[in-house]
This record gives sequence, C-alpha cells and structure tokens, in this order.
Amino acid sequence: MRQVNVNVHQVTRVEGHGNIVLNAKNGHIEELRWEVTESPRLFEAMLRGRYYEDVPYIASRICGICSIAHSTASIQATEAAFGIQPSEQTLLLRKLLYNAEILESHILHVLFLAAPDFLGVGSVFPLVETHKDVVVMALRLKKLAYNLAETLAGRKTHPISCVVGGFAKLPDLGELEALRKRLEDALVDLDTTVELFKTLSIPDFVRETEYIALKDPKEYAFISGQIASTDAGIGPLSNYLEVTNEFCVPYSTAKYTKNKRDSYMVGALARFNNNYDQLLPRAKGVAKELGLSAPSHNPFMITVAQVVEAVHAAEDSLNIIDQILARGLVEEDNRVKVRAGRGIGAVEAPRGILFHDYTYDENGVLTEANCIIPTNQNHNNIQKDMEALVPLILSRPQDEIAHTLEMLVRAYDPCISCSTHLLKVSFK
Amino acid sequence: MKPKVAFFDFTGCEGCQLDALNLEGEELIDLLNAVDIVNFREVKTEREDNYDIAFIEGSISRESEISRLQKIRDQAKVIVALGTCACIGGINCLKNHLPMEEALRIVYGEDAKNYDTIPARPADAVVPVDYYVRGCPPITAELIKVIKALLLGKKPDIPNYPVCVECKMAGNVCVFERGMTCLGPVVRAGCNAICVTSGRHCWGCRGLVDDPNIDSEKDILQKYGLTVEQVVEKFKIYNTYAEVTK
Repeated sequence: MRQVNVNVHQVTRVEGHGNIVLNAKNGHIEELRWEVTESPRLFEAMLRGRYYEDVPYIASRICGICSIAHSTASIQATEAAFGIQPSEQTLLLRKLLYNAEILESHILHVLFLAAPDFLGVGSVFPLVETHKDVVVMALRLKKLAYNLAETLAGRKTHPISCVVGGFAKLPDLGELEALRKRLEDALVDLDTTVELFKTLSIPDFVRETEYIALKDPKEYAFISGQIASTDAGIGPLSNYLEVTNEFCVPYSTAKYTKNKRDSYMVGALARFNNNYDQLLPRAKGVAKELGLSAPSHNPFMITVAQVVEAVHAAEDSLNIIDQILARGLVEEDNRVKVRAGRGIGAVEAPRGILFHDYTYDENGVLTEANCIIPTNQNHNNIQKDMEALVPLILSRPQDEIAHTLEMLVRAYDPCISCSTHLLKVSFK
Repeated sequence: MKPKVAFFDFTGCEGCQLDALNLEGEELIDLLNAVDIVNFREVKTEREDNYDIAFIEGSISRESEISRLQKIRDQAKVIVALGTCACIGGINCLKNHLPMEEALRIVYGEDAKNYDTIPARPADAVVPVDYYVRGCPPITAELIKVIKALLLGKKPDIPNYPVCVECKMAGNVCVFERGMTCLGPVVRAGCNAICVTSGRHCWGCRGLVDDPNIDSEKDILQKYGLTVEQVVEKFKIYNTYAEVTK
C-alpha cells in the first residue's frame, strides 16, 4: 500500500500565505486542496468614508508588489465616477509608469522567485555564488524599473505623483532621456534572460481553461479596454460581477471565482492568449524563440509569457518616451470636480485583471467599494490544475510531487495578500 | 560566525520586504557577506528556526499572530520592526474605527463569522522591539543604516525633527501655501520629504516626532483657514493606533 502525504505549509517564494494539502492512498486521492490562509485585511471597510483624494493612496497599500496597478485602478474608478476623461499626456505617462511595474514585477518573479526551481536551488541567494552575472543583471533590470517609476511618480512601491485627474508633478525630460538609454541596454539584458530560459525545461502539462483579460482594439491592453474571454467573447466592464461570480470556500480566506467553466485563468498567459497579435515585434520574436504560441494551455508557461511581456514593456516604454520627448510636457489643470456616482476601474495587474468599483456621494466621499483581485480569480484554477496534474504524477517520489505542485502554484505568481480583500462589499 | 537574519511577515502588503531587495548588485553581495539570511519565506524555500536578528513586517491583527510574534521574541536576540505597519500600526488600523464584527461583515457578508481578526496594532504593542525602520515603504538607505548600526551594536542616527526641516532643505514650496493640509510640522523626518517633493503633502507614515509641537500645528491651520478635523482625517490614515491608545 502506498501513501502519499504532502503538506506544504506556507508555500515559499510567493507573495502571501497559502498551503498545499494532498493525501492519497493506493493511487486514490482522498484530499487535495490549495488553501489560502492570509490574514483578512478589510480594505473595502477601510475605504468607506474617505475623501476621494485619499482613496487611491490607501488602495495602493493593498499590495506592495503591484501598488501601481492598485493606484491606477483606483484612480480610474474614481475618474469614471466623476466623469473625468484624462488627457492624452496623462494617459502616456500612466502607461509608461505602468510598464515600469510590469517590468519590475515580472523580472522579480521570473529571475528571483521562479528561476531557482529550474536551477535546483531554494532561493536566489546561492545564485549569487553560482550565477552572479544573472543576479546582478536581474538587480540592474529591477533598479531600472524602480528608477523609471521614481522619475514619474516619486517611487515604485506606493507611487506618489499619480493622482485623480493627472499627475501632481511632471517628470523631468532630461531624466527620461537618460532612462531611454538605459532601456536600450535593458533590451540586451532581456536577451540574456531569454537565452537563460531557452536552457530551462518547463514541465509539460496541459489543461485548457477559460482565459480572461482586458482587450483594447488599439494596443496590447494593460490599463484600458473591455473584458475579453476565450470562451465568451468581449463584454463591457460593467459585466464584471457576472464574469467573476465570487463564492466562499471553507478552507480559504480568499473568495473563489468562476465564469463559463469550473474555473478560469487571468494573468500573463491569459493576456497572451487573448491579445497575442498586439504584442510589439521584439516581444513576438521572443515568444517564438521560447516556443510559446497562442493559445497555450500549459500553466507552467505563465512564467515564459512574463518574459515575453517584460520585453514588450521595455519596447513600449522606449516608444512612449520617444513620443513624450517629441511632443514635450505641459502643466495641465488637474482640478477635480466631484459628483455623486459609481465608477469601475479595470487594469491588468502583473498577475491579471483587477477591478475596483467605487460609489461616491456628492461631496466626493466614498460610500461603497468592491475590489476583485487577480490572484483571487486564479485560486480556483490552481485547484483545478492540481486535480488534473496529481493523477499524472502520483507514482513519483513524494518530494517530487510536492515540488511540482509548489512550482505550479509559483507559476501563477500568486499575490495572496491582495487576494484576501476580494470581496463583495455592501455597506448597509 | 555571521549573524543569522530572519524576515517574518504579518498583516501587510509585503512591500517593505520587497523594497529590501531593491539593492544594487554589489550592495546585496556586501549584505550577504555580513549576514546569513536563514528565513525569508517570500524569496527563499529553506527555513531555519535558529536566528539572531528578526525583521518583523506588518501589523498584528489576528490572535494567532500574537503567539507567533511572542515565539519569535523568545528566539531572537534583536527584533527590528520593518515599516510603518510594524512600527506604529499603520494603515491596517483604519479598520479599528469600526467594531470588528462590522468590518468583517462589510467585507465578507454572511461568511464573516469564519474569519479571525482583532484590532490591528504595532509589534511593540505585543513584544519589546529593539530597532525601528519607519516608512511606508521604508527608505532603502535607512534600512541599510539600521542594519549597520545593529551589527555594530550601536543606536542608529534617525532624525527626531519634523519633515518640514527636510522639506525646506529640498526647496519645496510649503504645502499650506498651496491650500492643502500637511502633517509635516509634527511628523518625523528621514524621508527627505519625498511626498511633498513629488507634488503632494505629508501623510505621516513615519509617525510623530517624540515631542510634537501640536499647538504650532494648530496655529498654522488657523493661519491658513484650515480645521483640526481636516488634519485629523489625514492623521488617521497611519496614526490611528497612537490616537486611539493615547
């Protein structure tokens, strides 16, 4: 009789706290769960009663990795509620700032959190000895993304200058020009990253699911567009509650979601599957080199899709800086006129589609908030992947099973602290 | 023997830990030459329960987190509170203005009873803390300064004067002159007034200076036609814990 008991308490190299539980006897799975155990944060309750200008500032603190995503979603939800249309200049700066976060977050995951699995070590620290060039390169890429965000918004973690209506301070054009040079060097570093990934072997596992991402007819969407699903086509942002269908499960402090099937996926691979055609040329070339083609149904390829998107973000940043340098920047009137109303803001956080839905009163005070976080939307898909994957690997040694399941969770790059304030909020 | 360092996250956004990794290549190598990082769940798989220095990130907001922190205190020779949540309670304490049952119900509805939550508090409300690295998020240079000081067994040189001092040196136009409220006159410096320099006002993430001149802040408000209530609302964002317990 063979028993398999896997109990990974607090999966490492992910943001936040989650456990993997697997018990199997004689090839029969008795228990298999992805459990989320993060402490409840209760942001929707904390946002209630706050004046609009504090709201994006507080909402940013939902997550330290994707604070630009939360700020941007929060700003856009507030602008939608007040009927504000941001200027072309503001949108360019916002997209550039957003690219900084995509680049930083993806590099962090790809090279610091995921790569150690493929190189047979438990963290990035031993790689300082064995792969010093890679570690120094990864820190250099991260630093560039930090500096780009600093130039635009004061800092990368919890940005300051991006506000409802525009930017409280405009970046220095000379600094942008200097960053442009460093971004060109970053493309070389990213080529090195691609070469490294060519040598790694990605587990071969396929489970088709529904893939959901923002879609914009004009460009590979990060901060604009409508909700696209590989099963259901395109729909307006106002459909988000029907798409996400949150429900509670007893073993998790995060809510789960499903749409057309048992579960769906959001994040880099979902974006890639929906929007491949709109990737910039260099990013498309990298996808081809790394053997990633749309649609891909292997969740372990999320990490590869992140490499592709990191290249896209660098390429797009160069284009935006060129546009800004050509047109210059002008001080704009950012004054905000508040009004009562509801607004939905949606962005593609590094880990997937993110919704903030706010209602304000006539004084600009928030009365109701609902935030649906990407990792939340992936929890159920992780569970379903595990259910499909475990029977295929159950005859392997127990440690290997545990490690493969951890790698699966890690591939999703979960951001669990965010995901525990997913919730339906009704203020009665 | 290099001292063994552990990082522990409680209730928070984990931004402080991530910023701790925002080093230049050579800085990280220097750090790893000076200390042995034995426990850092967010970036490292291996764990060791034998450590000398523990960094605590996040506020304490569940019953289970109290005992977890007490165990860490028993093991560690030195405890460092990393970031505003651990130092002064921070943004998580905004929920303390509501009864816990109500805050839970707002978020989880009928399922609220399944969740363990208590009013959020800083680390030193639970155990003694030896060093503080303030800020939301902390400034990386200050983190390095504190690590150096504790390795030498010294007290780090952290400003105990208000943000206004650094703000003036940065050459900013006073926020009050622009018709906004600001917490700079009573909040501890060390951030180089980064929020004002970036076009906004001070939100108070580093907490009050030891002996804040509250009367002077009131005079300023009066001079600019602003109210104490306006400032209190801003102050609550990070400093609810100090306000409620004083």
